[in-house]
Amino acid sequence: MKIKLFEPEPFRPAEAREKIDKSHGLHPDDRYLKPGRIPHIWCSGCGLGIVLTAFIKAIDGLQIPIDRCAVVSGIGCTGRVAGYLNMDTYHTTHGRAIPFATGLKIARPDMEVVVFSGDGDLFAIGGNHFIHGARRNMDLTVLCVNNFNYGMTGGQSGPTTHMAARTTTTPYGNCEYPFNLTHLAFASGAVFVARWTTFHARYLIDSIKKAFRKPGFKFIEVVSPCPTGYGRPNRLGSGLDQMKVYRDRSEIRNRIDPIEAPLELSGPIVVGEFVDREKPTFLDRYREDVMSKVEKSRQSASPPPAQAGQESLSHEHAIVSQSR
Amino acid sequence: MSRDREVLAGEHFLNGDEACAEGAIASGCRFFAGYPITPATEIAERMARRLPEVSGVYIQMEDEIASMAAVLGASWGGAKAMTATSGPGFSLMMENIGLGMMMETPCVVVNIMRGGPSTGLPTLVGQADVMQARWGSHGDYGVIALTPASPQECFDLTIRAFNLSERYRMPVFVLSDEIVGHMYEKVVIPPASSIKTVKRPKPRKGPQDFLPFLPAKDLVPPMACAGEGYRIHVTGLTHDEQGYPLITAEAHERLVRRLCDKVRVHAADIVEVEENGLQGAEVVVVAYGCSARSAREAVQDARSAGLKVGMVRLLTVWPFPEERIRALARKGVRAFVVPEVNYGQVAREVERCAAGRDVLLVARMGGAVHTPEMILEAIEEAARG
Repeated sequence: MKIKLFEPEPFRPAEAREKIDKSHGLHPDDRYLKPGRIPHIWCSGCGLGIVLTAFIKAIDGLQIPIDRCAVVSGIGCTGRVAGYLNMDTYHTTHGRAIPFATGLKIARPDMEVVVFSGDGDLFAIGGNHFIHGARRNMDLTVLCVNNFNYGMTGGQSGPTTHMAARTTTTPYGNCEYPFNLTHLAFASGAVFVARWTTFHARYLIDSIKKAFRKPGFKFIEVVSPCPTGYGRPNRLGSGLDQMKVYRDRSEIRNRIDPIEAPLELSGPIVVGEFVDREKPTFLDRYREDVMSKVEKSRQSASPPPAQAGQESLSHEHAIVSQSR
Repeated sequence: MSRDREVLAGEHFLNGDEACAEGAIASGCRFFAGYPITPATEIAERMARRLPEVSGVYIQMEDEIASMAAVLGASWGGAKAMTATSGPGFSLMMENIGLGMMMETPCVVVNIMRGGPSTGLPTLVGQADVMQARWGSHGDYGVIALTPASPQECFDLTIRAFNLSERYRMPVFVLSDEIVGHMYEKVVIPPASSIKTVKRPKPRKGPQDFLPFLPAKDLVPPMACAGEGYRIHVTGLTHDEQGYPLITAEAHERLVRRLCDKVRVHAADIVEVEENGLQGAEVVVVAYGCSARSAREAVQDARSAGLKVGMVRLLTVWPFPEERIRALARKGVRAFVVPEVNYGQVAREVERCAAGRDVLLVARMGGAVHTPEMILEAIEEAARG
């Protein structure tokens, strides 16, 4: 077979650099944003900007070194968060951010690994990974922006869509029951579970900070307006109208059993830090229950001492050591 | 820690699965994410026992989708990482194998092939995932797949798979089969000092000037892993040389052509075949994996009977050794005989390169490999013309 190819335009680094120089660095938060990536793709009135800013404020407040942070996201509007943050960011496949982050965290236990994704990504296609990540108590912070629909594809129903709500795939109203994400997270083993709306930006920042300081599987749900995908068909008004609803209808109830935390379309919205408990993480247990046994059997077997001049391969490749 | 925990130098009696695991550990693999599946489970079992001994981590994921995702994450964390599965799991991995190709993530995926489609023959042999390995995930990308025919080769080719994956920054497949995976033979593990391992290319520039997907001359971009200060974005979307999403035909043309070409232009470096008795051969048997073992005996018998028969055994099935087959077709080989445990996958590739010479597929649907007699009969038929 002969092949006829067409020469594409080459990449012009100078042009990319110029765009960065022109637009980057004007805003104080720009050091947390990838050069040349703003403006973002989100609709006006969307809550994602608030959540992104809250995340930045939390990192800034804790003074976590950027190079010790990695963000992993799935697919969808929230999945695009990764691409805007100026740190090591991985925009993976739909639903698979948690298992990708699991591998990353195990290989780099010294890094803060954050999963940033939407309700459809984390709880429909990725639901199995979510419950297993929580069960293992993988040391991850999972931020779920819940806008009750698939925004990127144009407003279809998902696992959190309210009963009777209209979306492009529920034109007669949704006939399925939605998940209570915080209850699911709690039941699956998460050590920290919180729910806020985009109206509760300061509470959200505090909860993200708490999550960062706590080892284990931490889950924060952020209820967010989607005026384009969910607001319009359900006559919820603009993003600002939704913020007013969050202000008027939400009730802060910390430390309650998340099963008692409703999140309704026209009823109460219960928010707060519901769960905060201690449990060794996956890697803690791996070190204590697995590595220590290997170490013990090694000592009792008293292996021959390493020969002089042999550098240790394990030192080079080791990814988990006995002590942190 | 001395090296003898990591590389168990010496003579062993291992099955192919266990030899794969030892090859991985000898290559420096320190992360394995997997899900139990016959006939690949012994790899996971061996890794679960061995990895803690070498300060590595075995994690059993909730499915093969998660296993593949975790392997990619660990690789971006700087670890050499592997998973192992069989057909049904390989199907599930396809999604994140595509992500691995797009993100140019070094790792190794072992597929111990069993009979398919679907659940098929969990405990019995198949070789029908060859085309799935080549085309299984959507979109275009280059593929490297190695086909061991013995436990010793499972060890050797797993090391080679790691080296190729690090060299070319991509998931590399070890395509073995139930017979080779479950067969016990002598495996000689050489001392660590004589095992050559390759590491992924690293950036030479500082973060300020580094373009994470700008390839070197060899079409492979240096790789900045997590926490190394480069703050890069890595995405499954079509991206430019900065790593930023760019949804244009131009960006796609540059990226996808390179993902294919980085394998295509290095085919000579990647392809390995074992040739036997090709001088003056009129019939050439092209075989791989378990069927190559029967073929070897059939070729010997045919030669004893005076037939001019040679054999090409594929150690690399992707990229396909097309230049080798073309050269043989030009040199007067009259017919090719291709035994495989499927209804014709490698045989199609041979036919594509055979320039009109006869190609005789010796097909078995799965569950058993050919007897040497079956292949001998095919050789005799091909020789008669």
